[in-house]
This record gives sequence, C-alpha cells and structure tokens, in this order.
Amino acid sequence: MLDNSEGYVTEDGRKIGGVVMEMKNITLRFGGVVAIKDISFDIREGEIRAIIGPNGAGKSSMLNVISGFYVPQEGEVWFHGSKRPQMRPFEVAQQGIARTFQNIALFEGMSVLDNVMTGRLGYMKTNIFQQALWKGKAEAEETENREAVEKIIDFLEIQHIRKTPVSRLPYGLKKRVELARALAAEPKLLLLDEPMAGMNVEEKEDMSRFILDVNDEFGTTIALIEHDMGVVMDLSDRVVVMDYGKKIGDGTPDEVRNNQEVIDAYLGVSHD
Amino acid sequence: MGRRERLAQTQLGAEGMDSLPALLHRNVTQFGDAPAYREKEFGIWQCWTWAEAAKEIRAIALGFLELGVEKGDHIAVIGRNRPAHYWSMVAAQMAGAVPVPLYQDAVAEEMTYVMEHCGAKYVVCGDQEQVDKVIEIQENVHQIKHILYTDKRGMRKYDHSQMNALDDIKAEGRAGHARFDAELDKRISEITYDDTCVMLYTSGTTGKPKGVVLSNRNVIESAKNSADFDHLNRNEDILSYLPMAWVGDFIFSIGQAYWCGFCVNCPESADTMMTDLREIGPTYFFAPPRVFETQLTNVMIRMEDAGKLKQRMFHHFMAHAKKVGGLLLDGKPVGFGDKLKYALGNLLVYGPLKDTLGYGRFRVGYTAGEAIGPEIFDFYRSLGINLKQLYGQTEATVFITVQPDGEVRADTVGVPAPDVELKIDDKGEIYYRSPGVFVEYYNNPDSTASTKDAEGWVATGDAGFIEENSGHLRIIDRAKDVGKMADGSMFAPKYVENKLKFYPDILEVVLFGNGKDRCVAFINIDLTAVGNWAERNNVAYASYQELTANPRVLETIKAHVEAVNKSVAADEMLSGCQVHRFVVLHKELDADDGEMTRTRKVRRGFVEEKFSDIIAALYDGSPSVSTTTEVTYEDGRKGSISATLAIVDAPVVPVAQHKVAAE
Repeated sequence: MLDNSEGYVTEDGRKIGGVVMEMKNITLRFGGVVAIKDISFDIREGEIRAIIGPNGAGKSSMLNVISGFYVPQEGEVWFHGSKRPQMRPFEVAQQGIARTFQNIALFEGMSVLDNVMTGRLGYMKTNIFQQALWKGKAEAEETENREAVEKIIDFLEIQHIRKTPVSRLPYGLKKRVELARALAAEPKLLLLDEPMAGMNVEEKEDMSRFILDVNDEFGTTIALIEHDMGVVMDLSDRVVVMDYGKKIGDGTPDEVRNNQEVIDAYLGVSHD
Repeated sequence: MGRRERLAQTQLGAEGMDSLPALLHRNVTQFGDAPAYREKEFGIWQCWTWAEAAKEIRAIALGFLELGVEKGDHIAVIGRNRPAHYWSMVAAQMAGAVPVPLYQDAVAEEMTYVMEHCGAKYVVCGDQEQVDKVIEIQENVHQIKHILYTDKRGMRKYDHSQMNALDDIKAEGRAGHARFDAELDKRISEITYDDTCVMLYTSGTTGKPKGVVLSNRNVIESAKNSADFDHLNRNEDILSYLPMAWVGDFIFSIGQAYWCGFCVNCPESADTMMTDLREIGPTYFFAPPRVFETQLTNVMIRMEDAGKLKQRMFHHFMAHAKKVGGLLLDGKPVGFGDKLKYALGNLLVYGPLKDTLGYGRFRVGYTAGEAIGPEIFDFYRSLGINLKQLYGQTEATVFITVQPDGEVRADTVGVPAPDVELKIDDKGEIYYRSPGVFVEYYNNPDSTASTKDAEGWVATGDAGFIEENSGHLRIIDRAKDVGKMADGSMFAPKYVENKLKFYPDILEVVLFGNGKDRCVAFINIDLTAVGNWAERNNVAYASYQELTANPRVLETIKAHVEAVNKSVAADEMLSGCQVHRFVVLHKELDADDGEMTRTRKVRRGFVEEKFSDIIAALYDGSPSVSTTTEVTYEDGRKGSISATLAIVDAPVVPVAQHKVAAE
C-alpha cells in the first residue's frame, strides 16, 4: 500500500499527485441489505483507479456514492480536502465530477453532436430566452462550446458520426459518445461505470486506448468499475477489490493479483 | 477575370518550371491568395492559401536542414492525406532530399523491407500508430535518425531524443531561418529537371515491392500533358483521399495541383470521406471502380426505402437518362423532346442525386486500376457526370492511355495520352514510351533492365490490343496471367472475374484453370449488398461466414455464374473459361493476410497456394471441403478459422470444338 501524501510515480513514469477524493468508512444500506460495508480508500490526482469485484459486490453502489447519487448512512466523503455535504447531482457535476453509465443513458433521438453538447451545459451562462433568440452572447457562447466539443470529437475519433442520431449507432460507439459527453464537461474526476461491458475484443482495445489517452492528454483522474479483470489490470494504477460489499484488497494490479482473498473471490475456493 | 484568362495566366510561367519548389514559387507570385489546401478539422474546413502554404513548407524545409538532412537523403512519409504530409514532401525536395510516401496501412514487416531498401534516415509519421510501427521496425532497421509526427496525441511519454513533432520542427526552422536561409535557397536553386522528384513503391502482385524513381521531368511533363488534355485550370477542386503512396495521388494532389495551381482538399478522416466529398463537390475527381460501385449500391439500397412516388420518379427518369444521358454528354444529337425531358429529369432527379453523391460540380473524373462494370459506368455518365477511364502505371507516372471527351466507352481504356507511344508485341503484351517513363527502380538495375529497354520502351506486363477503327486500347489481362487451357484455348481469368464482379453481390472472384480442362472459381460475396438482401428477406445470420454458407445465397450466386457463363460462351476466343464449379469463400480476401496487395489486387499465386486444398476439392468432384485458414487481425495477431464449404456445380453452355488447331 502507498500512503505517503506526496503521491507516487507509476511504472511508466507518470507522477501521481495528492489525494483528490477520500472515502472514509463508508457503509450503505438499502433497508436491511448492506450494499457497502465500512469501506475506505482514496483516489489520487492523475491516477486511474479501478474498483473491481464479482457481480453484486457493490461496485456500482460505490460509484454512486462517489458521484453523490447515493448518500451513505455512515462514513464521510472528502473531496479536495473538505468533507462533502449532501448534495444534488447537478451540484456534484459543478464540482467537476462527470460519469458514464453502465446502461447507456444518452438522448437517443438527438445527434451525437447535440448529445456531446449537453455535456457543456455547465459552461453555458445564457438563459433559455437568449438562446432562443440566438443573438450576440448566446451565439458566441455556442461557438465557443462547439469548439471544445469538436476537440473531443476529434480526440475520440467520432467525426464520421457527428450528425448521426444516437439511436442508429452500434453499442460500442454509443459508449464512446457517452465518454465524449462526460469529457465535454472537462471533469476533474471522471467516473466510468463498466466502460467495456458488452464489447468485443476490438472495441475493448479501442476503449482502453481512449481511457489511457484521456488520462495522459488531459491529466484527468479516472475512477472506473469493471469486471473484466484483464482490462483492469492493464489499465489501472491502483485497484480496489470488493466482494459482498466488503473491501478485500487494495493496491497495484500486481499486489492485487497475488492477494489470496482476491484469487478466492474470483476463482472460488477449492474444497479438498 | 474569366476562366480562360486565368488559365492563360497559369500557363504563362511554363518556362523554367523545372521543380515543385519552382512551381510553388510561381503560384505564390501569381495567385498567392487563392486557396491551395483545405482540410476539415474540428468540424470546419481550414484553408491555406498558396502564400500561406509556401510559408509552412519553407518552415518545414528549414527544420529539415536544422535536423541535418543532407542532399540525396530519403525522407519517408507515412500517414493519411493531410496538408502537412504533402508539405513535408515538397519541403523534402527543397532540402534536396527525396520524399518516399509509404502505405500507412502496411504492417511492420512490409514496412521494414521498404525502409531498409530506401535507407530513409528521416520519417514523417501521421500519428502514434505509425510512430509505434516505425519504432518496431527500428529493431531491424538502424539507419533512421529522426522520427517526426504530425498528431501529438498520445506522444507525450515517448523518448524524444530522436523524435519530434512536425510543428516543433517547423517552429525551430522558423527560429533558425537566419542560419539556414542561404543554404536552403542554394539547395532549391540546385534542383534540376532530371533530379529525383519522388520515389514510390509499387505494391507488387508478385515478389518484393520495387522503388520507382520519378524525376521532376516525369512528374511535371505528365502533369502538364494531362492537365492540357482535360483543360484543367486553377479553379479545380479535388478531394485527396487515396493513399499518398500511390502514384495517382502524387500526380493529382501534387503534380497537377502545382502545375495548374488548384486546391487540394483533405478529408477529416477516412470514415468521413463520403460526407466530405459532398461538402467539397470536387470538379476533378479520381476514384477506383470500387468507390463508384459502393456509391451506386448505397443509392439503390436507399431508393428501396424511399416512398412509392419517389421510387417511380427515380426509375422513370433513370430510364430516360440511360437512353439519352450518355449521348448528351458525348455531344451527340438528341431530339428536342428528349432534351426537354432530360432537363426536367435534371431538375427533379439527376441534380439532387448528383448533389447527394457529391458530384454537383463534377467536370471531369477518372476511374482506373480495375475494370468498371458497364452498368455502373453508364449510370454515372447518364446522369451527366463526365466519368472516363484511363490506363496507367507507376512506371509511366500514371498516364498511358486516356479517353478523350466524346469517345468514352466502358470496354476500352482510351487512346494514348499526349506524347505517349504505344506498341504491342507478338505475344500481345503492351509496351509504351513517354516523357513520363520512370528513371529506374531504386537499387535494382536488373529489374530496371528487364522492364525498360535501351530505347526507353517499357513493358506493362498487360496483354491487350488496339481496336482497328477507333484506335482505342483494350486490355485483356495481366500478360503473365493469360494462359492456355488443356485443350489449347485461351485462359484469361480477369475477363471472367470482371464479368462476375459487376454483380453487386460479388465482391471478388479468383478464377483458376490454367493448364486444366475446365475452370473453377473462388467467390467473395459483398457483405453490404448481400447483408441488405438478407435483412429484406428475413434471412438470419450471425457472421460473414454464416452468410456465405446460406443455401439461398449460394443459389443467387449460382444464377449469376450461370448468366456469366452464357455471356462468356458467346465469346469465341474465351468460351473455354466458363466456370464449372465454384465455392463461396468463408473469409474476405485481405491484404493483411497477404492475399491481396494494398491496392486490392489479388495475389493469384499466393491464393492458389494458400487454398490449395479447396482448389483440389473443386477439381476432384467432392461436394464439400473442410478447411482451416489462418487470418491476421488488424492489430497483427494471428488466429485461424475453420469452415466446411459447399462446392456448387454451375451450369455451363456446351461449346463447339475449337477450330484453333485447323488454322
């Protein structure tokens, strides 16, 4: 485990900074069901942090706690050095957290471009009437935001579907559009909920490359959930492993891989 | 200023224009504010005028000098069509170096050979993918001194001791211009008409690629002659989307563009080409038949989804266009009523259709590389799109024969291009001599000598004949592919393959039968067309392989083969080439697997060897064959697919015994 507050240097030479977000003794219950039991971990600036675990381990609940959608019954969430009060999702977005969803949540009837533009909402200051009139300030604002969006479209190589309605796209591309929308918000912390779920090998490779590129190019801190172990181990700097709502491992991919509890959780325990 | 005056002005500087930098200088002085390059980036067409482009090119050239580029060095350029890559090539020439554009989709081994062969010390790469490839080949190739790249994405972590962004080199060049200006001007002034302009590697259907050395004379004379032939001027717009390593792109996007001074438009990415085509609406266009085929297939598919009224209008007016459109384009007399109806059709159907396809401003365009289906060809011409055919080679700096306006036909490749002499030897092989004839194959005097004789005649390797009354050249096949059947009749696979490929359902065909008593064929179905058919007819399939094995698909293909057999039987010379048995392959022939060249020509010998088990089954009469084939994935990994392929017997037309022996 790494616990010096100065951060660390990854194998490939990236410098990881101080703690961005810290989860302290989080417990989340739905009625009598305990989804998350007393979990603590941190996310550091510039790192790719993965949360893995078998089905039903509580990964998505954890991500929802990070994104502020769920409020844990016990424990504290610290963001940028201060304890985060209970807040509504848009306030979380204003703090610089963006996410993608396990089950794609795009506006199906809108074009890719429009979908990604919605990611810029936080940067639009003009009101609905100004936008309807499309005069002066509103126009300038849209141009400015369109520019930012076009850079992301270029970055994620989705120029060819810019004007295509999302409903006509295959699954893998929809996932990429969702990533584009999250990136459009220029987040400080990007949460990815199973970015590779349901993808074929080639799509997974593309997605992995984009995630690495985002982290590399924009220095975005990324927290992701995934149950494809191979992908996670290659991508992430540090991994939290959950099983039945408990944390059973935390560390670099190598440390986690050799952790007996993790091996048992994933492969099952032999009874001989 | 009118078009003609502009044209005249373009021609003014003809004297002393003996290199690309000289042409660039002329263009800047004569029409510096005219657009020279456009590229769509971030959703907007970015534009550079000739004056602006010249500044960029000069900065790159200065950067090259600062890097230590010496006269005669080779600079490889690997990337998609982008202004920066075209500039790098011209900049290389300014610095006295030789640009060598390479196919960007080549896998590392192919690239290793070419890099080693040309000895490039500097490489300009498009993006990280290409840089990775170059780094990979550096394990075997050690002469590379410096790698440059255009797209900075993902490059931050690389060791930059021998690597740099092209933009940074440009900036360094600008900063250091005081030191290098004099040297650069000296090198530019030293370029002669017979210096190497560019080196292009032929894809090579057999053996290793060869580096074709083209001089300034080759490129500029060819550009000049062809531009005159089609009255190209500086108002043209072209879309540059074909591989930069291909001679055609070099001639269109650099040779003719610099000679005429027209604007080169680069698409946003390979996937957006069709959209960009529509937005630019090129006036001068080049595409292999495949592009036109795909477009036509898409039009037809979309028409099937259109409303009843639109469908009827489309079919009604297309029938009329078929009748008179071609004649009108050729300037032949057409009745007044027909003319009027054509004008109405133009308003309602042809015009909108052309706009949708991106051919609204199409003035002249060519297709070459493969034979184009007569129906496809006529479809475009009947819309009033002046699509023509040409026949060319890298070794000829493209042009050997071209079709003049008014003499356009689907089955010939035209008359000799200006200044080109043609002769046909007794075996039917075509030879040519022209100012465009290449200097040599780089470091390969043997091949040079066997291709080009002392008098400058070059063997094309194609067999063909000149039509007596029209003087047009007709190509039969590759000379080496033309063989004899067991009974002594002629075997010309391409002839039959093309006839089959003209069906939209069929993507690729390979015919076998040289030395045998009958012909058999491999067929690749076209996934777009057949997949669409399957969707409409509720035929479920999970993969390409499953679709190829569908009995109804096989039935359709069999019907096509039968029709082709009938038409082949009607040809006295080639009636022996009817397809007796065929198999629909379970995988598409692919360049990554070595079955095709990068320009998508089938490597016959390789395919024959690789699938020898299937060929054996085709001849021994078995009803099916089980086979395992190795495939290469896009990332270079290998895997294998197994399949049991049904072999289909096709009906053939009995042919009377040949009279060849009696003659």
